[in-house]
Amino acid sequence: MSGTQGNWFDEPAPAAYPGESPETALAITTLTRAAKDVIEGAFTPLWVRGEISDFKSHRNGHWYFSLRDAEARVRCVMWRTDVQRAPTKPTDGMLVTALGQMTVYTTGGDLQLRVMRLGAEGDGLWRKALEETLTRLRNDGLLDEERKRPLPRLPKVVAVVTSPDGAALHDIRAVAERRCASVQLVLVPAKVQGEGTAEELVRAMALIERWGGADVVIIGRGGGAREDLWAFNDERVARAIAACSVPVISAVGHEVDTTVVDLVADVRAATPSAAAEAAVPDRDALLREVASLHGRLVSSTTRVVQRRRQLVSGIGGRFAAGARGLASLEQARLRAFGAAMATHARGALLRKHARVDRLAPALQAFPTAVLAPRQGALAALAGRLDALSPLATLGRGYAVARSLDGRAMASVQEFTPGQPFDVLLADGAVRATVTARRSGAPLDAVTALEGGASDDI
Amino acid sequence: MTYEESVQRLQAIVTELEGDRLPLAQALALFEEGVARLREATAALSEADTRVQQLVESIDGSLAVADQHR
Repeated sequence: MSGTQGNWFDEPAPAAYPGESPETALAITTLTRAAKDVIEGAFTPLWVRGEISDFKSHRNGHWYFSLRDAEARVRCVMWRTDVQRAPTKPTDGMLVTALGQMTVYTTGGDLQLRVMRLGAEGDGLWRKALEETLTRLRNDGLLDEERKRPLPRLPKVVAVVTSPDGAALHDIRAVAERRCASVQLVLVPAKVQGEGTAEELVRAMALIERWGGADVVIIGRGGGAREDLWAFNDERVARAIAACSVPVISAVGHEVDTTVVDLVADVRAATPSAAAEAAVPDRDALLREVASLHGRLVSSTTRVVQRRRQLVSGIGGRFAAGARGLASLEQARLRAFGAAMATHARGALLRKHARVDRLAPALQAFPTAVLAPRQGALAALAGRLDALSPLATLGRGYAVARSLDGRAMASVQEFTPGQPFDVLLADGAVRATVTARRSGAPLDAVTALEGGASDDI
Repeated sequence: MTYEESVQRLQAIVTELEGDRLPLAQALALFEEGVARLREATAALSEADTRVQQLVESIDGSLAVADQHR
């Protein structure tokens, strides 16, 4: 055992603690780095409140300033990447809140707050930026109510400026599909938060303008924190919207604040879904409107035709007068009218069938309810038109006298003795020559002619 | 004609027909035009699936609408 003794106690003496003695003196760099580690370990990021002083915006994009109160100050730095999320440059003397990490600037040995967010607590910084922008826009008349344009009732193409990956596009599509599936959506993709958002929104609006294919534009995104929505307060975005030649609906999902974009847009919607409701009409409401016009068109035309028929039948025995009224051109028109009615009714029916498997039962009932009476009216009208047709009248034993050039002859005055003319009957025609004529009530006139009395032979 | 224009014209036609002061020939001509407008308006409401397409700018700066590839 004795041969191993002493090893227990033979461990090397512990190294001297760095900086414990002149021999182990630390480099300054080591010291400030150590201080930085300690400080950063001791503080989590914290919100602080203070007044801006010595503000400098370096050309490398970083901001340097101090935050102070009555008795103390701390140097601050805000890196370029964080600067981009800030609404505007603060000015000296401004009270702000800042989210920062306490650290040590190792090169200078200074205590330093690395600020990540500035003014996000709804204080003067945001308001200042907003007011500056609004003042400029107002001076240019871009906030005037008279600038607001009405939306088209049924757009063919709705351009949507938003993120291709966001919920906004999905929501807009769902609403459009439900309300009127024939409306086409064209996505114009753009970032809606983070660095470069304003630039992308401006570019998207410019693309739409250059393209010229949109009837209305929705620009927006789902809700978010105010810094995330800040691009929608960007003056450049606002001006791009104002310059758009078709109406723009803003849809920045937020409840409390109004963005500058909202103020410039023609219509402000609280959410992307609400924007889609504004842009895309309810197809069934429009169908009801068209169906109502359809009904009025048919019934008013029917009334005109009916009135005409009463006029004709009112003439009674003097049928020829009616026949003249309905001759050639009008007769052709009536036939075309009947055909158009029939085609129209068929078209409406086909559309109804196309809808059946797509619509909820409640909606299915709608076109049937609207179309059924329509078709009844069409059938009745077709019957009336038939009754009005001179050909149908011929079937009842009447005849029409017609000049050789095809004019219906409706008055005794149109006949001169010796003149040839045609008599149209249900099953053919007869060419005849006038030998005598007599005016007066038809039955009396015939009797007179039988007695050899004629007007002027 | 846009949907609005078709419907507006249709409304004007119906109003005129409802006035019931027209000669038959004119009434029927209006009816025919009304049917044409009706057909346009209905076509604008035709069934189709909502398509989401994307505005694409090609290298030469020209713009086109393409189906989304996703």
